[in-house]
Amino acid sequence: MEAAAIAVKNLVVTRGGRRVLHQLNVDIPRGQITGLLGPSGCGKTTLMRCVVGVQRVESGTVTVLGDAAGSAALRRRVGYVTQSPSVYADLSVADNLSYFASLFGASKQRVRKTMSDVELSDSANQLVSQLSGGQRTRVSLACALISEPELLVLDEPTVGLDPVLRAQLWQQFHELADSGVTVLLSSHVMDEATHCHRLLLMRDGSFVADDTPDALLSQTATLDLESAFLALVSDRTDSQEA
Amino acid sequence: MSLRIATMTVWRVLNQLRRDRRTVALLLIMPSVLMTLLRYVFDGSPMVFDHIGVTLLGIFPFIVMFLVTSVAMLRERTSGTLERLLTTPISKLDLLVGYGTAFALVAAVQTLLTCATTLWLLDLHVCGNLSFVIGISVADAVLGAALGLLVSAFAATEFQAVQFMPAIVLPQLLLCGLFAPRDSMASWLDAASSLMPLSYVVEALSEVARHAEATAILWRDLGLVVGLIGVCLVLAAVTLRRKTP
Repeated sequence: MEAAAIAVKNLVVTRGGRRVLHQLNVDIPRGQITGLLGPSGCGKTTLMRCVVGVQRVESGTVTVLGDAAGSAALRRRVGYVTQSPSVYADLSVADNLSYFASLFGASKQRVRKTMSDVELSDSANQLVSQLSGGQRTRVSLACALISEPELLVLDEPTVGLDPVLRAQLWQQFHELADSGVTVLLSSHVMDEATHCHRLLLMRDGSFVADDTPDALLSQTATLDLESAFLALVSDRTDSQEA
Repeated sequence: MSLRIATMTVWRVLNQLRRDRRTVALLLIMPSVLMTLLRYVFDGSPMVFDHIGVTLLGIFPFIVMFLVTSVAMLRERTSGTLERLLTTPISKLDLLVGYGTAFALVAAVQTLLTCATTLWLLDLHVCGNLSFVIGISVADAVLGAALGLLVSAFAATEFQAVQFMPAIVLPQLLLCGLFAPRDSMASWLDAASSLMPLSYVVEALSEVARHAEATAILWRDLGLVVGLIGVCLVLAAVTLRRKTP
Protein backbone atom coordinates (compact mmCIF):
# COMPACT_ATOMS: atom_id res chain seq x y z
CA MET A 1 0.00 0.00 0.00
CA GLU A 2 1.17 3.51 -0.78
CA ALA A 3 2.42 5.48 2.21
CA ALA A 4 -0.09 7.87 3.77
CA ALA A 5 -0.13 11.47 2.59
CA ILE A 6 -0.14 12.64 6.20
CA ALA A 7 0.98 10.53 9.14
CA VAL A 8 0.34 11.99 12.59
CA LYS A 9 1.94 10.21 15.55
CA ASN A 10 1.32 11.03 19.23
CA LEU A 11 0.79 14.68 18.41
CA VAL A 12 0.44 16.99 21.42
CA VAL A 13 -0.01 20.75 21.09
CA THR A 14 -0.35 23.24 23.93
CA ARG A 15 -1.45 26.80 23.25
CA GLY A 16 -1.54 29.47 25.92
CA GLY A 17 -1.08 26.90 28.69
CA ARG A 18 -4.04 24.83 27.49
CA ARG A 19 -3.63 21.46 25.81
CA VAL A 20 -5.42 21.72 22.45
CA LEU A 21 -4.42 18.44 20.82
CA HIS A 22 -4.19 15.29 22.93
CA GLN A 23 -1.95 12.50 21.61
CA LEU A 24 -3.41 12.44 18.11
CA ASN A 25 -2.67 9.50 15.82
CA VAL A 26 -3.95 9.27 12.28
CA ASP A 27 -2.95 8.33 8.74
CA ILE A 28 -4.57 10.30 5.94
CA PRO A 29 -4.55 8.48 2.56
CA ARG A 30 -3.43 10.01 -0.71
CA GLY A 31 -5.73 11.14 -3.49
CA GLN A 32 -8.81 11.43 -1.29
CA ILE A 33 -10.86 14.19 0.26
CA THR A 34 -10.59 13.88 4.01
CA GLY A 35 -12.98 16.02 6.03
CA LEU A 36 -11.97 17.21 9.47
CA LEU A 37 -15.22 17.85 11.28
CA GLY A 38 -16.12 19.09 14.69
CA PRO A 39 -17.43 22.06 16.61
CA SER A 40 -15.44 25.27 16.44
CA GLY A 41 -12.63 25.35 18.98
CA CYS A 42 -12.09 21.58 18.86
CA GLY A 43 -8.58 21.87 17.38
CA LYS A 44 -9.21 21.56 13.63
CA THR A 45 -7.24 24.67 12.71
CA THR A 46 -4.41 23.76 15.08
CA LEU A 47 -4.12 20.33 13.48
CA MET A 48 -4.06 21.88 10.00
CA ARG A 49 -1.40 24.34 11.13
CA CYS A 50 0.66 21.34 12.28
CA VAL A 51 0.29 19.74 8.87
CA VAL A 52 1.52 22.83 7.02
CA GLY A 53 4.26 23.29 9.62
CA VAL A 54 3.47 26.67 11.14
CA GLN A 55 2.35 25.35 14.53
CA ARG A 56 4.84 24.86 17.35
CA VAL A 57 4.41 21.29 18.49
CA GLU A 58 4.99 20.07 22.03
CA SER A 59 5.61 16.42 21.19
CA GLY A 60 4.88 13.85 18.52
CA THR A 61 5.53 13.94 14.78
CA VAL A 62 3.68 14.93 11.64
CA THR A 63 5.00 13.43 8.40
CA VAL A 64 3.68 14.93 5.17
CA LEU A 65 4.33 13.26 1.79
CA GLY A 66 7.29 11.48 3.36
CA ASP A 67 8.97 14.55 4.90
CA ALA A 68 8.67 16.21 8.30
CA ALA A 69 5.84 18.78 8.24
CA GLY A 70 7.10 22.25 7.41
CA SER A 71 10.39 21.12 5.87
CA ALA A 72 11.69 23.23 3.01
CA ALA A 73 11.07 20.53 0.40
CA LEU A 74 7.35 20.54 1.21
CA ARG A 75 6.82 24.24 0.59
CA ARG A 76 6.36 23.58 -3.11
CA ARG A 77 4.19 20.51 -2.63
CA VAL A 78 1.65 21.68 -0.05
CA GLY A 79 -0.99 24.36 -0.57
CA TYR A 80 -2.59 26.02 2.43
CA VAL A 81 -5.74 28.14 2.56
CA THR A 82 -6.44 29.77 5.92
CA GLN A 83 -9.94 30.25 7.25
CA SER A 84 -10.17 33.97 6.54
CA PRO A 85 -8.94 34.74 3.02
CA SER A 86 -5.23 35.54 3.38
CA VAL A 87 -4.58 37.55 0.24
CA TYR A 88 -3.65 41.19 -0.32
CA ALA A 89 -6.89 43.17 -0.20
CA ASP A 90 -5.20 46.23 -1.71
CA LEU A 91 -4.08 44.36 -4.84
CA SER A 92 -6.08 43.14 -7.82
CA VAL A 93 -6.97 39.47 -8.32
CA ALA A 94 -4.37 39.16 -11.09
CA ASP A 95 -1.67 40.88 -8.98
CA ASN A 96 -2.31 38.52 -6.08
CA LEU A 97 -2.10 35.46 -8.30
CA SER A 98 0.99 36.71 -10.13
CA TYR A 99 2.78 37.34 -6.85
CA PHE A 100 2.03 33.88 -5.48
CA ALA A 101 2.90 32.40 -8.89
CA SER A 102 6.29 34.12 -8.76
CA LEU A 103 7.07 32.46 -5.41
CA PHE A 104 6.77 29.08 -7.10
CA GLY A 105 8.16 30.12 -10.48
CA ALA A 106 4.77 29.36 -12.07
CA SER A 107 4.11 30.68 -15.58
CA LYS A 108 1.71 33.39 -16.78
CA GLN A 109 -0.38 30.71 -18.48
CA ARG A 110 -0.70 28.96 -15.15
CA VAL A 111 -2.00 32.23 -13.63
CA ARG A 112 -4.61 32.53 -16.38
CA LYS A 113 -5.60 28.89 -16.11
CA THR A 114 -6.00 29.05 -12.32
CA MET A 115 -7.99 32.26 -12.61
CA SER A 116 -10.43 30.63 -14.99
CA ASP A 117 -10.56 27.44 -12.87
CA VAL A 118 -12.00 29.44 -9.98
CA GLU A 119 -14.10 31.53 -12.39
CA LEU A 120 -12.45 34.82 -11.60
CA SER A 121 -11.19 35.75 -15.07
CA ASP A 122 -13.83 38.46 -15.35
CA SER A 123 -12.67 40.09 -12.11
CA ALA A 124 -8.94 39.87 -12.89
CA ASN A 125 -8.33 43.59 -12.57
CA GLN A 126 -10.60 44.23 -9.63
CA LEU A 127 -9.14 44.96 -6.22
CA VAL A 128 -9.72 42.12 -3.77
CA SER A 129 -11.15 44.62 -1.26
CA GLN A 130 -13.98 45.29 -3.71
CA LEU A 131 -14.92 41.63 -4.13
CA SER A 132 -17.67 39.73 -2.35
CA GLY A 133 -16.80 37.30 0.44
CA GLY A 134 -17.23 34.31 -1.86
CA GLN A 135 -14.97 35.81 -4.50
CA ARG A 136 -12.30 36.54 -1.90
CA THR A 137 -12.42 32.94 -0.74
CA ARG A 138 -11.85 31.87 -4.34
CA VAL A 139 -8.89 34.25 -4.76
CA SER A 140 -7.37 32.75 -1.64
CA LEU A 141 -7.99 29.24 -2.97
CA ALA A 142 -6.53 30.16 -6.36
CA CYS A 143 -3.33 31.40 -4.71
CA ALA A 144 -2.90 27.92 -3.23
CA LEU A 145 -3.84 26.07 -6.44
CA ILE A 146 -1.36 28.02 -8.51
CA SER A 147 1.58 25.84 -7.53
CA GLU A 148 -0.31 22.62 -8.40
CA PRO A 149 0.24 21.20 -4.90
CA GLU A 150 0.08 17.48 -4.17
CA LEU A 151 -1.59 18.19 -0.85
CA LEU A 152 -4.17 20.91 -0.37
CA VAL A 153 -5.02 21.94 3.19
CA LEU A 154 -8.20 24.00 3.34
CA ASP A 155 -9.51 25.52 6.55
CA GLU A 156 -13.32 25.93 6.33
CA PRO A 157 -13.20 26.65 2.58
CA THR A 158 -16.97 26.77 2.07
CA VAL A 159 -18.05 28.69 5.15
CA GLY A 160 -20.43 31.54 4.40
CA LEU A 161 -20.73 30.72 0.69
CA ASP A 162 -23.97 30.41 -1.22
CA PRO A 163 -25.17 26.91 -2.17
CA VAL A 164 -24.35 27.28 -5.87
CA LEU A 165 -20.81 28.33 -5.19
CA ARG A 166 -20.43 25.61 -2.57
CA ALA A 167 -21.50 22.99 -5.09
CA GLN A 168 -19.00 24.39 -7.62
CA LEU A 169 -16.18 24.23 -5.10
CA TRP A 170 -17.02 20.67 -4.08
CA GLN A 171 -16.98 19.69 -7.73
CA GLN A 172 -13.58 21.27 -8.04
CA PHE A 173 -12.25 19.47 -4.96
CA HIS A 174 -13.45 16.18 -6.45
CA GLU A 175 -11.76 16.93 -9.76
CA LEU A 176 -8.54 17.65 -7.87
CA ALA A 177 -8.83 14.42 -5.89
CA ASP A 178 -9.51 12.48 -9.10
CA SER A 179 -6.29 13.87 -10.53
CA GLY A 180 -4.40 12.50 -7.52
CA VAL A 181 -4.33 15.52 -5.20
CA THR A 182 -4.86 14.84 -1.51
CA VAL A 183 -7.36 17.25 0.00
CA LEU A 184 -7.66 17.83 3.74
CA LEU A 185 -10.42 20.26 4.60
CA SER A 186 -12.21 21.28 7.74
CA SER A 187 -15.79 22.24 8.40
CA HIS A 188 -18.06 22.67 11.37
CA VAL A 189 -21.13 22.04 9.21
CA MET A 190 -22.03 18.36 9.17
CA ASP A 191 -23.94 18.29 5.87
CA GLU A 192 -20.70 19.18 4.09
CA ALA A 193 -19.29 15.88 5.28
CA THR A 194 -21.24 13.77 2.81
CA HIS A 195 -19.01 15.10 0.01
CA CYS A 196 -15.87 13.68 1.63
CA HIS A 197 -14.37 10.26 0.99
CA ARG A 198 -13.36 10.00 4.57
CA LEU A 199 -14.22 11.76 7.80
CA LEU A 200 -12.30 12.55 10.91
CA LEU A 201 -14.63 13.67 13.67
CA MET A 202 -12.96 15.76 16.32
CA ARG A 203 -14.00 16.98 19.72
CA ASP A 204 -11.95 18.76 22.40
CA GLY A 205 -8.65 17.96 20.72
CA SER A 206 -9.23 14.23 20.21
CA PHE A 207 -10.63 12.12 17.39
CA VAL A 208 -14.08 10.70 17.99
CA ALA A 209 -14.25 8.76 14.74
CA ASP A 210 -12.27 8.05 11.58
CA ASP A 211 -14.28 6.37 8.81
CA THR A 212 -16.22 6.82 5.58
CA PRO A 213 -19.51 8.78 5.84
CA ASP A 214 -21.56 5.63 5.05
CA ALA A 215 -19.75 3.52 7.62
CA LEU A 216 -20.34 6.18 10.28
CA LEU A 217 -24.04 6.23 9.51
CA SER A 218 -24.45 2.47 9.65
CA GLN A 219 -22.24 2.14 12.72
CA THR A 220 -24.34 4.61 14.67
CA ALA A 221 -27.63 3.56 13.02
CA THR A 222 -28.43 7.18 12.19
CA LEU A 223 -29.71 8.86 9.03
CA ASP A 224 -27.60 11.99 9.00
CA LEU A 225 -24.07 12.82 10.09
CA GLU A 226 -25.17 15.39 12.64
CA SER A 227 -26.99 12.63 14.59
CA ALA A 228 -24.06 10.29 14.01
CA PHE A 229 -21.71 12.82 15.59
CA LEU A 230 -24.03 13.28 18.59
CA ALA A 231 -24.36 9.52 19.00
CA LEU A 232 -20.59 9.06 18.90
CA VAL A 233 -20.00 11.86 21.39
CA SER A 234 -22.56 10.54 23.89
CA ASP A 235 -21.15 6.97 23.53
CA ARG A 236 -17.76 8.29 24.42
CA THR A 237 -18.99 10.31 27.39
CA ASP A 238 -20.87 7.24 28.67
CA SER A 239 -17.85 4.99 28.38
CA GLN A 240 -15.68 7.58 30.14
CA GLU A 241 -18.14 7.83 33.03
CA ALA A 242 -18.53 4.06 33.35
CA MET B 1 17.80 33.76 -0.87
CA SER B 2 16.24 34.11 -4.29
CA LEU B 3 16.78 37.30 -6.27
CA ARG B 4 13.64 36.64 -8.31
CA ILE B 5 11.39 36.26 -5.28
CA ALA B 6 12.91 39.28 -3.52
CA THR B 7 12.43 41.39 -6.66
CA MET B 8 8.83 40.28 -7.05
CA THR B 9 8.27 41.15 -3.40
CA VAL B 10 9.64 44.66 -4.01
CA TRP B 11 7.16 45.08 -6.87
CA ARG B 12 4.31 43.70 -4.83
CA VAL B 13 4.96 46.06 -1.88
CA LEU B 14 5.33 49.06 -4.21
CA ASN B 15 2.16 48.04 -6.04
CA GLN B 16 0.26 47.94 -2.75
CA LEU B 17 1.63 51.34 -1.79
CA ARG B 18 0.74 52.80 -5.19
CA ARG B 19 -2.92 52.02 -4.56
CA ASP B 20 -2.83 54.05 -1.35
CA ARG B 21 -2.49 57.51 -2.87
CA ARG B 22 -2.98 59.41 0.36
CA THR B 23 -0.09 57.60 2.04
CA VAL B 24 2.13 58.22 -0.98
CA ALA B 25 1.28 61.92 -0.94
CA LEU B 26 1.93 62.23 2.79
CA LEU B 27 5.19 60.30 2.50
CA LEU B 28 6.53 62.42 -0.31
CA ILE B 29 5.32 65.86 0.66
CA MET B 30 5.25 66.04 4.47
CA PRO B 31 9.01 66.29 5.10
CA SER B 32 9.27 69.19 2.62
CA VAL B 33 6.35 70.95 4.30
CA LEU B 34 7.92 70.48 7.73
CA MET B 35 11.26 71.80 6.48
CA THR B 36 9.53 74.88 5.11
CA LEU B 37 7.88 75.36 8.47
CA LEU B 38 11.24 75.08 10.19
CA ARG B 39 12.83 77.56 7.81
CA TYR B 40 10.34 80.26 8.85
CA VAL B 41 10.46 79.30 12.54
CA PHE B 42 14.13 80.33 12.37
CA ASP B 43 13.44 83.22 10.01
CA GLY B 44 15.63 85.58 12.06
CA SER B 45 18.53 83.16 12.53
CA PRO B 46 19.49 81.39 9.30
CA MET B 47 22.62 79.94 10.97
CA VAL B 48 20.43 77.93 13.32
CA PHE B 49 18.34 76.73 10.40
CA ASP B 50 21.53 75.61 8.62
CA HIS B 51 22.54 73.56 11.66
CA ILE B 52 19.17 72.05 12.56
CA GLY B 53 17.92 71.74 9.00
CA VAL B 54 20.71 69.48 7.83
CA THR B 55 20.23 67.26 10.90
CA LEU B 56 16.52 67.00 10.29
CA LEU B 57 17.19 65.92 6.70
CA GLY B 58 18.42 62.73 8.31
CA ILE B 59 15.84 62.49 11.06
CA PHE B 60 12.59 62.87 9.10
CA PRO B 61 13.11 59.94 6.71
CA PHE B 62 14.28 57.78 9.60
CA ILE B 63 11.11 58.39 11.62
CA VAL B 64 8.71 58.15 8.68
CA MET B 65 10.19 54.94 7.29
CA PHE B 66 10.32 53.38 10.75
CA LEU B 67 6.61 53.97 11.24
CA VAL B 68 5.50 52.99 7.75
CA THR B 69 7.47 49.74 7.58
CA SER B 70 6.55 48.58 11.06
CA VAL B 71 2.86 49.04 10.30
CA ALA B 72 3.16 47.51 6.80
CA MET B 73 4.88 44.41 8.20
CA LEU B 74 2.33 44.17 10.99
CA ARG B 75 -0.47 44.22 8.41
CA GLU B 76 1.24 41.35 6.63
CA ARG B 77 1.20 39.49 9.95
CA THR B 78 -2.38 40.27 11.03
CA SER B 79 -3.93 39.64 7.59
CA GLY B 80 -2.67 36.06 7.67
CA THR B 81 -0.62 36.56 4.51
CA LEU B 82 2.62 36.26 6.48
CA GLU B 83 1.65 32.84 7.82
CA ARG B 84 0.69 31.80 4.31
CA LEU B 85 3.90 33.16 2.77
CA LEU B 86 5.95 31.21 5.29
CA THR B 87 4.41 27.97 3.98
CA THR B 88 5.71 28.82 0.47
CA PRO B 89 9.29 28.69 -0.86
CA ILE B 90 9.94 32.37 0.02
CA SER B 91 12.85 32.74 2.47
CA LYS B 92 12.55 35.09 5.42
CA LEU B 93 15.37 37.22 4.05
CA ASP B 94 13.65 37.43 0.63
CA LEU B 95 10.65 38.94 2.33
CA LEU B 96 12.61 41.35 4.53
CA VAL B 97 14.97 42.45 1.78
CA GLY B 98 11.92 42.89 -0.46
CA TYR B 99 10.26 45.16 2.08
CA GLY B 100 13.51 46.98 2.85
CA THR B 101 14.27 47.64 -0.81
CA ALA B 102 10.75 48.77 -1.64
CA PHE B 103 10.77 51.30 1.16
CA ALA B 104 14.35 52.30 0.33
CA LEU B 105 13.14 53.29 -3.14
CA VAL B 106 10.31 55.30 -1.62
CA ALA B 107 12.78 56.83 0.82
CA ALA B 108 15.09 57.80 -2.03
CA VAL B 109 12.33 59.70 -3.79
CA GLN B 110 11.21 61.30 -0.53
CA THR B 111 14.77 62.32 0.31
CA LEU B 112 15.40 63.77 -3.14
CA LEU B 113 12.27 65.88 -2.86
CA THR B 114 13.09 67.03 0.66
CA CYS B 115 16.69 67.84 -0.24
CA ALA B 116 15.63 69.70 -3.36
CA THR B 117 13.17 71.81 -1.37
CA THR B 118 15.56 72.45 1.48
CA LEU B 119 18.73 73.12 -0.44
CA TRP B 120 17.34 75.11 -3.33
CA LEU B 121 14.04 76.66 -2.29
CA LEU B 122 14.88 77.22 1.37
CA ASP B 123 18.58 78.01 0.77
CA LEU B 124 19.99 75.67 3.36
CA HIS B 125 23.74 76.13 3.36
CA VAL B 126 25.97 73.04 3.36
CA CYS B 127 29.78 73.16 2.93
CA GLY B 128 30.21 69.61 1.67
CA ASN B 129 29.05 67.71 -1.37
CA LEU B 130 25.25 67.51 -1.76
CA SER B 131 25.45 63.90 -2.96
CA PHE B 132 26.68 62.99 0.52
CA VAL B 133 23.65 64.64 2.11
CA ILE B 134 21.39 62.61 -0.17
CA GLY B 135 23.38 59.41 0.28
CA ILE B 136 23.35 59.63 4.08
CA SER B 137 19.65 60.49 4.15
CA VAL B 138 18.75 57.49 1.99
CA ALA B 139 20.95 55.17 4.06
CA ASP B 140 19.30 56.33 7.25
CA ALA B 141 15.81 56.00 5.76
CA VAL B 142 16.68 52.38 4.97
CA LEU B 143 17.97 52.01 8.52
CA GLY B 144 14.62 53.31 9.79
CA ALA B 145 12.84 50.77 7.57
CA ALA B 146 15.07 47.90 8.74
CA LEU B 147 14.53 48.87 12.38
CA GLY B 148 10.79 49.05 11.74
CA LEU B 149 10.82 45.52 10.28
CA LEU B 150 12.68 44.27 13.34
CA VAL B 151 10.43 46.03 15.84
CA SER B 152 7.22 44.89 14.16
CA ALA B 153 8.06 41.36 15.32
CA PHE B 154 7.44 42.53 18.88
CA ALA B 155 4.16 44.30 18.17
CA ALA B 156 0.93 42.34 18.24
CA THR B 157 -1.34 45.23 17.26
CA GLU B 158 -1.19 48.52 15.35
CA PHE B 159 -1.50 50.33 18.69
CA GLN B 160 1.66 48.68 19.93
CA ALA B 161 3.50 49.29 16.65
CA VAL B 162 2.75 53.00 16.81
CA GLN B 163 3.82 53.13 20.47
CA PHE B 164 7.22 51.78 19.49
CA MET B 165 7.88 55.10 17.80
CA PRO B 166 8.14 57.10 21.07
CA ALA B 167 9.86 54.11 22.69
CA ILE B 168 12.54 53.48 20.07
CA VAL B 169 12.83 56.69 18.06
CA LEU B 170 12.28 59.54 20.53
CA PRO B 171 15.15 58.63 22.88
CA GLN B 172 17.44 58.59 19.83
CA LEU B 173 16.07 61.94 18.77
CA LEU B 174 16.78 63.44 22.20
CA LEU B 175 20.29 62.05 22.42
CA CYS B 176 21.48 62.33 18.82
CA GLY B 177 23.01 65.77 19.26
CA LEU B 178 20.17 67.79 17.78
CA PHE B 179 19.11 69.46 21.04
CA ALA B 180 22.52 69.62 22.68
CA PRO B 181 25.99 68.53 21.60
CA ARG B 182 26.56 64.97 22.74
CA ASP B 183 29.77 65.77 24.63
CA SER B 184 27.93 68.32 26.79
CA MET B 185 25.45 65.71 28.03
CA ALA B 186 25.78 63.74 31.26
CA SER B 187 28.51 61.22 30.55
CA TRP B 188 26.17 58.21 30.86
CA LEU B 189 23.84 59.77 28.29
CA ASP B 190 26.77 60.44 25.98
CA ALA B 191 27.71 56.77 26.34
CA ALA B 192 24.12 55.72 25.65
CA SER B 193 23.94 57.94 22.59
CA SER B 194 27.00 56.25 21.12
CA LEU B 195 24.97 53.03 21.07
CA MET B 196 22.17 54.65 19.08
CA PRO B 197 22.13 54.52 15.28
CA LEU B 198 20.65 57.98 14.80
CA SER B 199 23.67 59.59 16.54
CA TYR B 200 25.92 58.45 13.69
CA VAL B 201 23.52 59.71 11.04
CA VAL B 202 23.43 63.13 12.66
CA GLU B 203 27.19 63.17 13.13
CA ALA B 204 27.75 62.27 9.48
CA LEU B 205 25.38 64.98 8.31
CA SER B 206 27.03 67.65 10.46
CA GLU B 207 30.39 66.57 9.03
CA VAL B 208 29.05 67.27 5.54
CA ALA B 209 27.59 70.55 6.74
CA ARG B 210 30.92 71.77 8.14
CA HIS B 211 33.56 70.33 5.82
CA ALA B 212 34.00 70.75 2.10
CA GLU B 213 35.70 67.38 1.72
CA ALA B 214 34.50 63.99 2.95
CA THR B 215 36.10 63.35 6.34
CA ALA B 216 37.22 60.09 7.92
CA ILE B 217 34.44 60.45 10.51
CA LEU B 218 31.89 60.77 7.71
CA TRP B 219 33.06 57.55 6.06
CA ARG B 220 33.17 55.71 9.36
CA ASP B 221 29.63 56.82 10.26
CA LEU B 222 28.25 55.94 6.85
CA GLY B 223 29.88 52.51 7.10
CA LEU B 224 28.35 52.03 10.55
CA VAL B 225 24.87 52.94 9.29
CA VAL B 226 25.14 50.51 6.37
CA GLY B 227 26.41 47.80 8.72
CA LEU B 228 23.53 48.42 11.12
CA ILE B 229 21.04 48.00 8.28
CA GLY B 230 22.43 44.52 7.72
CA VAL B 231 22.36 43.74 11.45
CA CYS B 232 18.72 44.87 11.76
CA LEU B 233 17.66 42.77 8.75
CA VAL B 234 19.41 39.66 10.03
CA LEU B 235 17.92 40.14 13.51
CA ALA B 236 14.50 40.66 11.92
CA ALA B 237 14.93 37.39 10.01
CA VAL B 238 15.88 35.62 13.22
CA THR B 239 12.83 36.95 15.10
CA LEU B 240 10.50 36.03 12.24
CA ARG B 241 9.33 32.52 13.08
CA ARG B 242 7.85 30.04 10.67
CA LYS B 243 6.44 28.09 13.58
CA THR B 244 4.38 30.07 16.08
CA PRO B 245 2.69 28.97 19.32
